Amino acid sequence: MNVHAVVTAARASRNWTPIVELVPYACFLGMRLDIRGDQYTACMPFDQKLIGNPAIPALHGGATGGFLECAGMFYLLWHMDSADLPKTINFTFEYLRSGRPEDTYANVFMVKQGQRIAHLRVEAWQSSPDKPIAIGHGNFMLKPAPSAQGNP
Amino acid sequence: MSDEDLARDERVRKWQQITVISPYSRELGLRLHQTEPEWCVIKVLPDARLVGNPAAGVVHGGVITALLDSCYGLAIFVRMDKLRPMATLDLRIDYLKAATPGREIFGGAICYKLGHELAFVRGCAYHDSPDDPVATSSAIFMFTGGPVIALDDALAALQENRP
Repeated sequence: MNVHAVVTAARASRNWTPIVELVPYACFLGMRLDIRGDQYTACMPFDQKLIGNPAIPALHGGATGGFLECAGMFYLLWHMDSADLPKTINFTFEYLRSGRPEDTYANVFMVKQGQRIAHLRVEAWQSSPDKPIAIGHGNFMLKPAPSAQGNP
Repeated sequence: MSDEDLARDERVRKWQQITVISPYSRELGLRLHQTEPEWCVIKVLPDARLVGNPAAGVVHGGVITALLDSCYGLAIFVRMDKLRPMATLDLRIDYLKAATPGREIFGGAICYKLGHELAFVRGCAYHDSPDDPVATSSAIFMFTGGPVIALDDALAALQENRP
């Protein structure tokens, strides 16, 4: 599977589903990407299977965590030219609020884009982006496409 | 099998019933492997739905996050030998190397500090031995409001609620 070709086609058609389909685990989470102009938002629609504690009920920290990591990776695919999926080096999750049984969204901020490594901050929210339920930050090893190498 | 082994298996069986209360843990097929206070272990079996990069067939990091998050909760409960409502406050993971495709992954954890309000845990994900980890990790959990329940009482309540 050619990651670069899939991303190029998605940019042209503005249909981002094939990017999500590159990652089976992202499909398992039911993720969608909503990209308008330069505004990137990832969505994890609510599903009963994402519940960790049914008594509250609250989303499983692992589901929210996987969503944050996937949102970051797709952001990198969309934002730059990659030959392969970027690899997560490390990731830290801060859980700020209990995840309610509803749709969750994520916005991504590129803190630093280096030649080999990108550092991202990813914020997951439900009712409002001002009230994040979890914030993740992590380093990703980039896999630049050959055509993109050497560019500033 | 010695009495000690039987008692150990019985403990694993009891805690497994607690683990599968979580729909997400059920969905991932998490299985308890060991429930000793000094090292709790949960395993996740290979599953095509949980792959991160199909070209390599490697499991997604998010699965390891869920595995370790679940294992941390278990390690804290096992150390207390009680259930108490709590939430993950902070969790970090370092990915040391790719998991081997098609192999089960073990998540091991220990609660190394149990406070009144916080519990500190560390652990790792591995195939053969915690000395050769796929990922290393640590986390902090915060106890939230709600009743503290002994394991056997929680299991009895589960039985009653079963249709």
